[in-house]
Amino acid sequence: MILRRSLAIVTVLFLTSVPAREPARASANAPGDQPAKVAVTIDNFNYGPSTVTIPAGTTVVWTNQDDVPHTVTSDDKVFASPVLDTGEKFEYTFKKPGTFPYYCTVHPKMTGKVVVK
Amino acid sequence: MDSNASDSLQFDHNHDGVDRRGFLKCMAWAGTGMLCVMEGGVLKSFAMARELHLPRKLRAGELAFVQMSDSHLGFNKAANPDVSATLQVAIDRINALPIAPEFVLHTGDITHLSKTAEFDAAEQLLKGVRGGPIHFVPGEHDVLADNGREYLARFGAGTKGAGWYSFDQKGVHFIGLVNVVNLKAGGLGLLGPEQLEWVEDDIRHLASSTPIVVFAHIPLWSVYPEWGWGTDDAAQALGYLKRFGSVSVLNGHIHQVMQKVEGNVTFHTAMSTAFAQPVPGTAPSPGPMAVPAGKLRSVLGISEVNFVRGRHALAVVDQALDQEPAPSGAAGGGAL
Repeated sequence: MILRRSLAIVTVLFLTSVPAREPARASANAPGDQPAKVAVTIDNFNYGPSTVTIPAGTTVVWTNQDDVPHTVTSDDKVFASPVLDTGEKFEYTFKKPGTFPYYCTVHPKMTGKVVVK
Repeated sequence: MDSNASDSLQFDHNHDGVDRRGFLKCMAWAGTGMLCVMEGGVLKSFAMARELHLPRKLRAGELAFVQMSDSHLGFNKAANPDVSATLQVAIDRINALPIAPEFVLHTGDITHLSKTAEFDAAEQLLKGVRGGPIHFVPGEHDVLADNGREYLARFGAGTKGAGWYSFDQKGVHFIGLVNVVNLKAGGLGLLGPEQLEWVEDDIRHLASSTPIVVFAHIPLWSVYPEWGWGTDDAAQALGYLKRFGSVSVLNGHIHQVMQKVEGNVTFHTAMSTAFAQPVPGTAPSPGPMAVPAGKLRSVLGISEVNFVRGRHALAVVDQALDQEPAPSGAAGGGAL
């Protein structure tokens, strides 16, 4: 029962982390063994949303919807995607709390941040 | 201003700018539907049939070469589903030039995704360029894998570091720079300390009268930093070149023609052979721009460059792929 309640809180937390004007692309898993997932779309040379705040254990899934390749590369070398062509995805599960800034090595003006509570 | 070159814009290094007649002429073009924009000291010009009016000596010059850029072999999206075909048209244009270029500069983004098959396709097509060699510098799309190892294996013979080098041709010193590797979060293009040190050393022995041509992928001037169109440490490299009377900088990356004069330095960017990108600030992002059917070749092209000793100038003629090959047809551009 305690487990169930904490998972419910997780779901609420990550839903509130998505700005209201953004379509809720994240799909929370029902309470169970699978980690929650939150989606970040790469569109028009932007990570959307550029900052996501998630509980530890959440998987962030980036999808490149641009006609040009991008990467998702941690400033601190915590994670690094391969080059993502159009439609390709990269995911990473954040197990520890912290702030994880990242950028696109191809277009370094593109930056984003994952905050893990 | 040369009265014979009535449709060309002459940049006088001694006076640092565009002369009034040139500007008025530019307005006249605007009145006839030609595009010529001057804002913040940046002159951008397109003139139809301009090459017909260039004096013979300016057309011939002493050193003729071609800049091509941004071929993006492997790209297949709506903005151009067949980049091989448009590259082939560009090559045909080079081969049809009335003045055979001594060499070709390719200012990067040869491939779209740095894939072996893309490099193979590009090399195969570029073998069709008749005449002198092709000198390359990489774009960021050429170094996506293995930190540019494949690019260097194919095009990096005799270069330093990530692929920078220099060479001399008919008394002009050419410097090929790499500003697309080890880019920093939030930053622009980057040359890096090792390359900057090399530049300083490379030009140390040159007389200040030596004309310099610098070529690199990302613009070495601040075109539009919001879109990453600039190079963070370019000012340091250009600082080393201050003592030279004539410095011309040729870039690609932005898939459109732009020009700027700053003191003794003239800047020029070339069209892509693959797809257009928007004018800065006119779109949500600098991504590939689809144009109406039948218009694609009007936004792609090559730059024909002529150096004329004594004028301290490069005459750059930007030729769109839908234009008839010079001299019988249309061309646009400005004298740098």
